[in-house]
Amino acid sequence: MRKYTPKDNVQGKAKYTDRFWVAPRVPRESFDEDSHFAAVHKAMNEAVDVLDAYVELDQLVIHIRPEDNIAALKVLKNRCDYAMCSELSAIDYLAQDGEFEIFYQMLNLKKAKRTRILTRIKENQAIESIVPLYAMANFAEREMYDMFGIYVNNHSYLKRIIMPDDWVGHPLRKTYPLQGDEHAAWYEVDKIFGKEHRDVIGPENRDPGRIDRYDSQRFSRVGYEVPFGAQEAESETEQPIEYSKQILVDYTTGSEVLDTRK
Amino acid sequence: MQQPNKLKPFFENLNFERDDNTMVINFGPQHPSAHGQLRLILELEGEKVVKAHPDIGYLHRGVEKMAENMIYNEFLPTTDRLDYIASTSNNYAFALSVEKLIGLEVPRRAQVIRTMLLELNRIMSHLFFLATHALDVGAMSIFLYAFREREFAMDLVEDYCGARLTHSAVRIGGVPLDLPAGWLEQLSTYIDKLPEQIKLYEDLLTENRIWKMRLEDVGVVTPEDALSWGCTGVLLRGSGIQYDVRKEEPYELYGELDFDIPVSDRNDSYGRYRLYMEEMKESIKILRQLIPMHRKSEPQIMAHNPKYISAPKEEIMTQNYALMQHFVLVTQGMRPPKGTVYAPTESPKGELGFFIRSEGEPYAYRLKVRAPSFFHTGILQHILPGTYLADVVAIIGNTNIVFGEVDR
Repeated sequence: MRKYTPKDNVQGKAKYTDRFWVAPRVPRESFDEDSHFAAVHKAMNEAVDVLDAYVELDQLVIHIRPEDNIAALKVLKNRCDYAMCSELSAIDYLAQDGEFEIFYQMLNLKKAKRTRILTRIKENQAIESIVPLYAMANFAEREMYDMFGIYVNNHSYLKRIIMPDDWVGHPLRKTYPLQGDEHAAWYEVDKIFGKEHRDVIGPENRDPGRIDRYDSQRFSRVGYEVPFGAQEAESETEQPIEYSKQILVDYTTGSEVLDTRK
Repeated sequence: MQQPNKLKPFFENLNFERDDNTMVINFGPQHPSAHGQLRLILELEGEKVVKAHPDIGYLHRGVEKMAENMIYNEFLPTTDRLDYIASTSNNYAFALSVEKLIGLEVPRRAQVIRTMLLELNRIMSHLFFLATHALDVGAMSIFLYAFREREFAMDLVEDYCGARLTHSAVRIGGVPLDLPAGWLEQLSTYIDKLPEQIKLYEDLLTENRIWKMRLEDVGVVTPEDALSWGCTGVLLRGSGIQYDVRKEEPYELYGELDFDIPVSDRNDSYGRYRLYMEEMKESIKILRQLIPMHRKSEPQIMAHNPKYISAPKEEIMTQNYALMQHFVLVTQGMRPPKGTVYAPTESPKGELGFFIRSEGEPYAYRLKVRAPSFFHTGILQHILPGTYLADVVAIIGNTNIVFGEVDR
């Protein structure tokens, strides 16, 4: 029987798993020890519903509801001096929970402190754009849409940014294989010639060093030279590939013999 | 939407022939001044840009996807291909994130070597910036001078790790090699000579009338814009905001080193050019302090942590348990604890950080590269409108974007 492979996560899997091994977790500390983080948490708690908050590896992590993302970032920007949003993107948890996790990585330049806002949305749920607060989201949200297919409401130009406009699928989803899907494999052929030409052209060969020995237009064969453009694929009998042959000449008799000494 | 067919393949909804006064031109992706695969769609009114639309993705290789399908050590050489002008800074940023995740202390000598390589890479990257930027603007000879000095720095890196462009000179947990004999002497000769060269560039450019006319008040980024658009590095400090991750959130040895963060409140390309020159001098200062530190440090170069890091080669070849550990770590990969890490570093281009979500597997569950150039490309659509076509090249060159890390 063929081994079962889950379809909702086709990424690389550990080759060996110990069924009794439990992965440890990075320690989560309380935010009370740091006065700045405590103040941020207090301000945040007044404005929005804080689901969870802790300090992980020197950065404050706050979980909020997806509807509150604008309100939460407003608190950070206006009341806590978080002037910069360094990064925003998503993590695919569709296989486990049917959700995406979206993170906003915030930076307070005056105190050199970083806070991460985490929120979870369902697969078909959209999130509000934060471009009015941080213009960097213009590109970052487009990338998130491109890579995960997460719709961002009120974004001025929500189009694919890295993949071509007519690409099918969202590459960073766990259901998208590393090698690409069928659309990816036939992308150029479909686009330039049309689907009906798939059989004529054949699948793309990505081996740059591939040599077709019967192609007399682009390759020559030392020792078996044929005229340019000659079609010999049908007529030639199968023979071992020999890249050069050496003729031994017997000067006493004048005969030529193929060197088979190797 | 236009219907794609054989003769007119679909690219995007662009109408190049228009009835009104503006003209749409396509700048790149093969334009020599586009610094890689940048495609800019510019709407021009005469020679004035009224709308700019950066189109990226021509160098997309799916680095983040590959990271989800590779063990951590396997992914490290891939990071070379992000900012390929200064590859050690990418290797380091990735290694730092993983080390933070697994809570690893790196030996002192490895820290010294890493900091040296990082600063050498900064000099290489800044020299490359100066060369190509000056070439874009029209100062041809600077290109040759700066590339000569960059070549010497690359020779030094080659002597250390064998590679000139894709170094992979950092490992998770330390560095693979100690410095070869005589390397420090070569380094000190290099950094003794470099200030003269920098002075030569400055003599040629800083007060140069044409250079000033091309750069002054060109590409103005106000502090508010710089913060809002996520600009970091020189672009941020050129707008008068003194923020350098090396100083504010020190990593490696930057906490004990004495160096300054140059800052300029000119907001324009000229101020940023001055900052690049000053930063090179600061890097030289840092390298000078690091040379005695290397001599004083213990010879250990890789952290000792059998759970995550292979033992030194002598132990692997002589001890059974070390060999077993090594075998497991190579075939299966290390399994960092569950958790999330974002470790910012100051790469020559700006803030470079790797966001890693680990689920306790040998593969990262999600890896996001926070690449500075990505956001510096984003701000082009904001700063280009209102400038002239001739300045577009100067501004792109001045933002110092590298498409390996924009497209990833």
